[in-house]
Amino acid sequence: MMQEALHYWEFVRHFIAGFMLLSGVGFMLIGSFGVLRLPEFYARIHAAGITDTLATTLLLGGLIVESGWTQTSLKLALVGVFLFLTSPTSTHAMINAAHQAGLKPRLGTVKSKHPRDEREEAED
Amino acid sequence: MFGLPVDIFTFIDLIVLTMLVVVGIGVVRVNKLFAAVMLFGVYSLLSAVWFVSLDAVDVAFTEAAVGAGISTVLMLGAMLLTSRQVDKTPPARHWIALFVVIATGAALMYATLDMPGFGDPNSPANSYLGLQYLQKTGPDMELPNVVTAVLAAYRGYDTFGETTVILTAGLGVMLILGIGVSGNAQAPDNADPKKVKARSTLHAMDHHHLVLSVISKLMIPIVLIFGFYVHWHGDFSAGGGFQAGVILASAMILYALIFGIKAAQRAIPPKVAQIGAALGVMIYGGTGVVSVLMGGKFLDYAVFHPEHAAHGQHYGIMAVELGVLVTVSSVMLSIFYGFAGRYRDLGDKDW
Repeated sequence: MMQEALHYWEFVRHFIAGFMLLSGVGFMLIGSFGVLRLPEFYARIHAAGITDTLATTLLLGGLIVESGWTQTSLKLALVGVFLFLTSPTSTHAMINAAHQAGLKPRLGTVKSKHPRDEREEAED
Repeated sequence: MFGLPVDIFTFIDLIVLTMLVVVGIGVVRVNKLFAAVMLFGVYSLLSAVWFVSLDAVDVAFTEAAVGAGISTVLMLGAMLLTSRQVDKTPPARHWIALFVVIATGAALMYATLDMPGFGDPNSPANSYLGLQYLQKTGPDMELPNVVTAVLAAYRGYDTFGETTVILTAGLGVMLILGIGVSGNAQAPDNADPKKVKARSTLHAMDHHHLVLSVISKLMIPIVLIFGFYVHWHGDFSAGGGFQAGVILASAMILYALIFGIKAAQRAIPPKVAQIGAALGVMIYGGTGVVSVLMGGKFLDYAVFHPEHAAHGQHYGIMAVELGVLVTVSSVMLSIFYGFAGRYRDLGDKDW
């Protein structure tokens, strides 16, 4: 039974690893598009920071599953822990620095009011 | 690969080299010093990636640690002492300069046509001495990492010279900038009053660094352990004294960046870094002197273990690498103190 389960895992893990790697690459790509396409600093950092953390976790997780129960996996896991802590921190540091320097987020143009508000104002 | 006439590694090399050229042009075109310094860091990281793809892991390691890590911080420190923005130079046509650059470039390109192909077993670098090193490292040293064997044992004299060069470079910086202990260290005279005001409000915004200080408290011990791992495991995997020294120094510099230069100088006083810079070279040279006293030649490690020469080589390599570690980390720290100590109370606004 145990043997069978192991055999099954050996077969399945490549698919799991492939799925994790591909989705990691996909998130990386989305983040890159975000950095290029979004209008201002905070939004760009938002795109890069979130996708980077998730994508590196997925990529390293995929590599760990692919390399199995080895020393390489342990090293990859350590790299993962390191990146999991430092990547959000560097995002925070950048945004904090921008905020300290007085960069205001661009909040977009104010659109016309909600019809209900307009009605309420008219009633007053 | 996919029916293309190039294999995947050539493809990666081409992409990375193209990005290097793009970053190089960017460094020249940009007129903010901060952006230029950051682009230099990007350039170093890309070079490190390229070296990995060429299987030169030790060199890639050094490039990533020195080029992208320490020198970016040092250049930022230097940048703070000068003006942040470069005036646009008026467009001028230096035809002679253009001619010289194009001629040199053309000559270099012409010369590369005579270079042997990458990994060519018949190239001079791979056939005479290099081949001997590869063949003899196994029986002589019993070490898997040929780079460490060549660096610390076969070419021990060269590495001794390199270590001395690092000490000399550190001494040069210390002579020009001081070592960050002078009591009246302050901003340069032309500092604008706005900066002085910002400095007085420094303590009011210390809490903004809460996340950074918590995370760096977690990270610095890990970085230090990794540095020692790189050092003591350098015989078996990529790494050694140079890389480890830079990693240890960068852990200290991270501490100084987050908690202030004063706290860092309390942890490792400039005096200690100053002595360490010379001590490392002394350890290296002393290893050679000991080997002479034990009846061998200068830096001939075989005498350290008469029964088993390879073990003697291990001891010698370890001692020599320790010297490199001490010198490199101390010099890097001294240079950082030299830059940062001139601008003692650095506030957030100054960046």
